[in-house]
Amino acid sequence: MSASTVREHALGQRPGWANEMAAMLEAYREAGGNPDALQLPEVATLVVSANEILAAHEIPGVHFEAESLEHGVKANIAVEPGVKIERPVHLCFGVIPAEGLQEISAEYDIGAGAQVEFLAHCSFPNAVKVQHVMEACIRVGEGASLTYTEAHYHGPTGGVEVRPHAGVRVADGGRFITTFSLTRGRVGLMELDYVVSVGADALAELTTKVYGTGDDKITVREVVRLNGKGARGLTKTRVAVRDEAVSQVYTTAEGNAPGARGHMSCTEIVRDRAEARNTPLVIVRDDQAQVTHEAAIGTVNRKELESLLARGLDEDEAVDLIIRGMLR
Amino acid sequence: MSVKDGKSIMAEPLLQIENLSLRREGRDILRGVNLTVQAGQIHVLLGLNGSGKSSLAYVVMGCESYTPDSGQILFDGRDLAGLSITERARMGITLAWQEPARFEGLPVGKYIGVGVREDQTNERERVMAALEAVALPPKVYGFRAADQTLSGGERKRVELAAVYAMRPRLAILDEPDSGIDVLSLGDIERLIRRLADEGSAVLLITHRDELVTMADVASLMCFGSILFTGDPAEARRYYAGRCRPHLESLGAQPWDAASPEVQAALASNGGPVSQLSGDAVKEPA
Repeated sequence: MSASTVREHALGQRPGWANEMAAMLEAYREAGGNPDALQLPEVATLVVSANEILAAHEIPGVHFEAESLEHGVKANIAVEPGVKIERPVHLCFGVIPAEGLQEISAEYDIGAGAQVEFLAHCSFPNAVKVQHVMEACIRVGEGASLTYTEAHYHGPTGGVEVRPHAGVRVADGGRFITTFSLTRGRVGLMELDYVVSVGADALAELTTKVYGTGDDKITVREVVRLNGKGARGLTKTRVAVRDEAVSQVYTTAEGNAPGARGHMSCTEIVRDRAEARNTPLVIVRDDQAQVTHEAAIGTVNRKELESLLARGLDEDEAVDLIIRGMLR
Repeated sequence: MSVKDGKSIMAEPLLQIENLSLRREGRDILRGVNLTVQAGQIHVLLGLNGSGKSSLAYVVMGCESYTPDSGQILFDGRDLAGLSITERARMGITLAWQEPARFEGLPVGKYIGVGVREDQTNERERVMAALEAVALPPKVYGFRAADQTLSGGERKRVELAAVYAMRPRLAILDEPDSGIDVLSLGDIERLIRRLADEGSAVLLITHRDELVTMADVASLMCFGSILFTGDPAEARRYYAGRCRPHLESLGAQPWDAASPEVQAALASNGGPVSQLSGDAVKEPA
């Protein structure tokens, strides 16, 4: 798909396109994105509403192949080897109606030595019964760097089921840094599942931030396999649950090669009648590898709390501020 | 009313601590403490590590597990018993912790602005002024997280800035200069003076007798008791010239208040008594 073709497509000639695009831009803003950035010619952009591709704007070095499916979209996203993309690539996925199913099948190929950042926003602002399933296959080439930041907004009702699944392979010397956040509005049901394989002297950092309220159900599964010599991996999970929300965090780090270094850090703050579980699994198969983990589950740190109380906040205000900071 | 450095000090008791005792885990932490801080006064509480200074601060602030076993604390004439930390803070009491908390992700500017209540002037201006007061450039530090990425000295400055921004009636500063490099000590001392000049009473807790020079009044604390309250210069002489060597000669740890030697030393002082003269502690045999 050439850049010119994409831009014509992005202009949208079919009836109703403008309204849908406007709704998606508003949803994008609610998810924390900047709609203006989606309209800049120097910014690569892919906008998908349910199973409609509303915009797919390429720039030199970034290519999209996208097609509509019955309930979603299949997309191949490629970054050419050796290029450095100056502005983040913006991805926008959403379902505007109250009900719907969106299945995204995505393949990302980051060429050797390329450097790119993706900002993905997934918004379901009116959801009462919406399912969003993402199956992603991500290949980070040798010496390449991919920063992938994904923010979700699910509206106020909790009527969303979201299942972001990704298999990631980071080649030797590559870097994969990802942050998933769902901290505004309700979560609904979330099942995040990432498996990352890390090559020699490569790096993977996975940060997940979720704030569950009401009867939200949160499951985070992350597996980092440090397969190459000198591979490094970090999982950083920050979850706050209140009301009757439930969170389950399963993180696994495998040290499978000499010099591999892994660390898993999990903090879960629990309020009201909520419940949090954390199950770290450490597997080391090489006597020159090391994996560590730390976890703090439960109430907020007393010293942090008292420091804020001593400035005049009440306990609810102080806890909220601590949680907001942790999830920032 | 007294005058120090040309500044009038109103002799109005703002904080009155009367016969306060605290026992934790089988040990007497505070023993019949009496201490008064006047409005607009810098009152230095001097003592070795483990003498009970920080515990006294936590009791006044109302921290968890620091409910006194006996005695009374009056603030502006009102008994603080049963009041929460928040209620005390809203009366105008605050505390700068010796080891400030680390707040993951919370911006420094946001933390400093927490104590600026809605009825006060513009929060942003107050935060900027507070950062400048502790010599932290607002543009550099305002949006940084108040977490482990700050050095110990930076966190101390942020903590003091948060106290300054609050404009408290009583600022309890627990070892405000610990972790501060020698070249920057002047910044901290200027901030303390500024607090006092702008109307806050300051209870300045320290083990460094150099800070006594800032005091309007100084108290000397040892083994959970106030041994001396009065002229700062006399307190400093007593602390540096007699108290510290005396304790060192006893070979006792300051927190080892139960040892016979220390008990004897306390008994020789007549127990926890304010306004003792410097000769009250006997020279070691």
